[in-house]
Amino acid sequence: MTISHFGAVLLFSLFTSVVFGVTQRSEPRMMIRFGALCFVLFVSGTIAASWVMWLIKP
Amino acid sequence: MAAKLEYPLVPGDKGLASASTPRISPSLTLLAGWLIPGAGHLLLGKWIRALLLMISILGMFAIGIALQGKVYTPNTGEPLDMLGFAGDLGSGLLYLIARVLGWGQAPVLIAIADYGTKFIVVAGLLNVVAAVDAHSLASGRKQS
Repeated sequence: MTISHFGAVLLFSLFTSVVFGVTQRSEPRMMIRFGALCFVLFVSGTIAASWVMWLIKP
Repeated sequence: MAAKLEYPLVPGDKGLASASTPRISPSLTLLAGWLIPGAGHLLLGKWIRALLLMISILGMFAIGIALQGKVYTPNTGEPLDMLGFAGDLGSGLLYLIARVLGWGQAPVLIAIADYGTKFIVVAGLLNVVAAVDAHSLASGRKQS
């Protein structure tokens, strides 16, 4: 199996966010909101870190 | 003869769990949740959460194996390997199956395989989080 780096980021973020949402909140509505927030933060954080690495590369 | 049972029915139960929650020992939910992803929530009757947790953790573990990630073994002497082993062990029976079937024993040579290694470790850590959540639900620390 092969996968792009960004694909790996999306899958990692999706699965992790689902578990965080289910386990860290009590109400279904809040689970979805927290899971979505985690997903956005994971993906945007990775993209931001990628740009930082590109900017500081020798 | 049979007396009607009242709270608390399990040790540590303060009667905070919802009325619809079946009375299951918190230790049993913790053990079941560790051995089989989502099983702790399934015992508590929360099958949608159990399904979501099972799909997420099994999916993550399976992708890690498919990406040819490494499954850590104990007693390698390397501190980072020990941490990886501790993380992998969180997967419960999945880790045992992987070891028995010899999955994840090939050397990691490409970046994608290294991602697979991380997927496997994080699947184990997430499974521990899920099992502890099931324990909290069963003991009443988490209300719903």
